[in-house]
Parts: sequence; C-alpha cells; structure tokens
Amino acid sequence: MATRKVWAVLQPRAGELSRQSRETIAAAQDLAAMVDATVDVVVLGASVTALAQQIAGEAAVERVLVGDHQRLEPYTPGAWVAALAPAIREQAPAYVLFPHSYQSMEYFPRVAQQVDGGIISAVASFRHHEGEILWTRPVLGGKLQADVRVKAQRTSPVLASIQPGAIAADRMKSGSGTVQPLAVDALASLQPDREILGVESAAKQEVDLTKAEIIVAAGRGVGGADKMGVIEELAKALGADIGASRPVIDNGWLPRDRQIGSSGQTVAPKLYIAAGISGAIQHLVGMKGSTCVVAINKDPNAPIFAIANYGIVGDLHEVLPALTAAVREAKG
Amino acid sequence: MRIAVCIKQVPDTEARLRVRGDGSWVEEDDLPFVINESDEYALEEGIALAEKTGGEVVVFTIGPARAAEALRKALAVGAARAVHLSNAAFLRGDAISTGQALAAAIAREQCDIVFTGSSSDDLGYAATGSVLAATLDWPHAWLVMGFQLEEGGKTCRVVREMESGKNELLRIQLPAVIEVQAGINHPRYASLKGIMAAKKKPIADIGPADLGLDPQSLGAEGAIVELVSVRFPQSGAGAQILPGDAPAAAKALVDKLRNEARVL
Repeated sequence: MATRKVWAVLQPRAGELSRQSRETIAAAQDLAAMVDATVDVVVLGASVTALAQQIAGEAAVERVLVGDHQRLEPYTPGAWVAALAPAIREQAPAYVLFPHSYQSMEYFPRVAQQVDGGIISAVASFRHHEGEILWTRPVLGGKLQADVRVKAQRTSPVLASIQPGAIAADRMKSGSGTVQPLAVDALASLQPDREILGVESAAKQEVDLTKAEIIVAAGRGVGGADKMGVIEELAKALGADIGASRPVIDNGWLPRDRQIGSSGQTVAPKLYIAAGISGAIQHLVGMKGSTCVVAINKDPNAPIFAIANYGIVGDLHEVLPALTAAVREAKG
Repeated sequence: MRIAVCIKQVPDTEARLRVRGDGSWVEEDDLPFVINESDEYALEEGIALAEKTGGEVVVFTIGPARAAEALRKALAVGAARAVHLSNAAFLRGDAISTGQALAAAIAREQCDIVFTGSSSDDLGYAATGSVLAATLDWPHAWLVMGFQLEEGGKTCRVVREMESGKNELLRIQLPAVIEVQAGINHPRYASLKGIMAAKKKPIADIGPADLGLDPQSLGAEGAIVELVSVRFPQSGAGAQILPGDAPAAAKALVDKLRNEARVL
C-alpha cells in the first residue's frame, strides 16, 4: 500500500527558510504523525534549488520537491497552479498545507478546483478525533470558532492554509531528506495570466509605528473622525502613538499610514491599547507581538478579548476618558 | 458590457450571536441579515463600471428565499436584474460546489467580467471567487484595492494587496474574475427612486436543470468540506476583565499596568 503523504508548500522569501516556512513544515510533521504519513516539502520559484538543498539538510522530511523555473518568479497564480496541480494529480498527497498568506489565498483555491480537492483556509489548529482530522478555524469575523472536516467517503486531497503562529516554528523537527525535481518544463510555453506592472507602497509611510513603545489603536467602535478626541487624549497622557484598524482607515477617519494589520504595519510595542477593535485576524496579525495588550470593547464576545492581557467591557467613549484621568493621576 | 456581481447574504456580525443547542451553527431566527461587506464594494465597483461603459450589472446569489432581500437591495443601488439560485440543491455547499454552480450561472448569462468580494463574513473561506474563476478558466485577482478598465475594454489594471503595506499593479485580460477588498470604493446608498424601481426589476430563479448540472455535484451533496460545529472561543485563556464602572475599571487597569504588567 502506498504511504500517505503530507505536503508543505512553501513561499520562499529572499531565498531563505522563513519563520512561516518552518511553521508550515512543523504543521505538516504534526499532521503526518496523526495520520501515519510521510512529509514532503514543495519549493517553487526561480533559482531555488540551493534553498531546496538547504531544507533537505535541515528538516525531518522525506523529500524536498523543487519546481525551479523562471516563470515561477515573480509569483503569478497561473504559473504556480500549473506547477502544482499536475504534481498533486500525479503523486496524490492526501494533504497539502500552505502558509496562510495573501499569496496562498489567491492561488491555492484554484489548485483545489483543478485537483477536486477540499479547501480549508485560515486553520488555527487541527486534531485527531475519533478516526478523523478536525480542523479549527474562525468564522463570523472571528467571533466563533468552527470545527470542519472532509465529508466521510470523500477521498479528495485536502488543501489547507495554516495561520501564522498557529504552530510554533521551533516545533519543526530536524533531520534530512532528498531533493527531487518537479516537472516544470511545460511552464515555458504557458500563456501568462497577468502582467506585473510594478509594486508600490500602499501609503506614504510618514509615521513609523514599528518602533513605537506604546500604541493606542482606534477601531470601528470610535464611530467617526470627529470622535477621535478620546483616542488623542489618551495617547497624549501615555506618550503613545496612534494606530488604527482597517475600517477606521477605509472610512477615512485616520490616514492610511496609521493602519496596523496584515495590510498595514506590524508593530510590537510594550503596551497596545485596542479601543473599539473587534479583533479580526487581519488586525491581530499586525500586533500579536505586543508585550501587553489591553482591549476595550462594548461586545464581551469580541475576539480581541481572547488574545488581550487585560480588558474592559464598556463604551470606549466613557472608558477612555476615565483611563486618561487615571493615567494622569498615577503619573502625578 | 455585461457585468456579473456575485453577492452573499450573511448574518449581521454586529448582532448578538447565539449558538444553537446542538452547536451546529448560530440561531438564525431573529438574526438580521445583510449583504456581505466586501460584496457591497464589489457591487459598487460593478455599477460604476456599468455607468462608465453603458453596460448592465447582473447580480447573482446562491441562498435560501430570504436572500431575495439582498438581491432587491442590489437592484435598488443600480443592478439591472438578478439571478437567484434558491433551489435547496444549491445550498450549504463549500467553495467548490458553490463556485462551480455560480460559474455555470454566469456562463449561461454570457458575462464579460465578474466582481465579487474577497471573503464572506460568515464562513470566511475566501475561496469561492477563485474557484469560480478556475471553473470558467478565466484569470482572476484576489484582494483587489483598485480597478480600472483600460482603453479598448479588453484589459484592466488592477491593484492587488500584498502584505506589509505593499500593493502590486497588474494588467489582466478580460474576461476575468475580480475579487475586491472592502475599502476599494464608497458604496452608494439606495435612493427612494432606486428602491421603487427595484420592485419592478426581474429576479430569475433558476434551478440545476436550467444549468445542466447534476444535483449530486451541488450544494451540501457536492461539497467536500463540511461544518461540524461552532462555539465561542474558550474563555479561559484571554483577558483579565476589569469589572465595575468606567472610573473603577480604569483605575484598576492602571494599577495592573503599573504593578503587574509593569509597562507603565
């Protein structure tokens, strides 16, 4: 009987084994142990053979499958799907894991359609339960967690993207494997599905929040550009910088260079105060590295409370002025 | 130009949610429903393009009878007509079975471009639009923050969000599927005139037979992935909640930040 395979498809960055790559390999190793499978790593890109060899010498995996072709760099969904889908059809891995990223999210559902595979995105964790794998992922804006699974009797491959930080990078087991090339020569004659005209910064970065020690972040709950005063006052009292979640920026209440999250800046202050922010993953990804997180929200079920150190359930327009006063009093 | 916009009716996530007794989903009986947020932006993008090109927007949805409300709202802001896939066979699918059904409906209407949101606010797999594109074998872009039809109407320029505050500028050939991100534009409100006009605009309900699709390949039957249960996240790990009124809680918090967390 052929051994089951779990694949970890990496997104190489600057030709190195990134933290998220290690996390994806670790996730594949954990899953393989649960389902009695071997692990292969898949590396796609241009001039990535050296990286593939490096991984083969470092990680406890069976093989490192490398698709090394000019057409794979820079990334386009068309080329990546064309490289991966035939390989999955041919070698039939039971599970194909991806790092949950904007790039993976764009192309891996297309791969799934091509291989009749199940799509499970934004996985927070997975476990073995009564003979099957249950995948846990956020729903309803992260307010609830859901367990999902492949339907019984379905033998489709499962394609899943794993959230950053879901599995610790240092769980990746060390060892070695062999490098094997994937058949990617056909990419040379592939019609491009897009033309890349350039890359630009989303905003003029006038404010660098990445070095801030204390941040007060405004969320949708603030309610308007003219209601930002309570945020400004608290920031002044604390000597803090002001940041914001996406809806605040989209509504034009604060300029884009204040945005914190997967589409904005990633910050790691010693104190992060999230006011009126619900805690959608896209925001959490930008501030999870904060030493201490305080959440203020009138919804006791807001997902932000799950990751905060301290919380106050209440109207921020009452809580923030009280907090400002308490801070001023404490500072004397 | 015929512009398809795919929308989904979802529970209003601002509303109080209660999990059903059996954990299978949330109680829907008294839940307000809205058009999925990023689909509203997709609708605005489609209507603006229709205005520029003298085209029409056809709005599609897969959903039960109540989803007709969402279609009427779309018609009220400027869509010309709607296609409703309400047959039970289409419902409760995954991205694969849902995306493939939408693709068939869109192909039947001979559309030149599809706009849809990048992610749904209920299940949030963020995959249906991409599956739709793959089924049609059309190029696509996901998490689009800017769209412009180019002269000649055969290509478009698209701004795609990458991580870390960077955007990629792309040229894509039509027909294509453009999955937009909330914030790409400013969705218009329905005028009274628009709401009145919407009552007369057609909503066609089409079934699996109209699309030549085998019901076994659709909806829950055709899905590969299924939902087992939902729950509120554990309240064990998580924030220490400071109780009391605002002044009391604020004082307690400052005390904790100084003496416990030592960040103040």
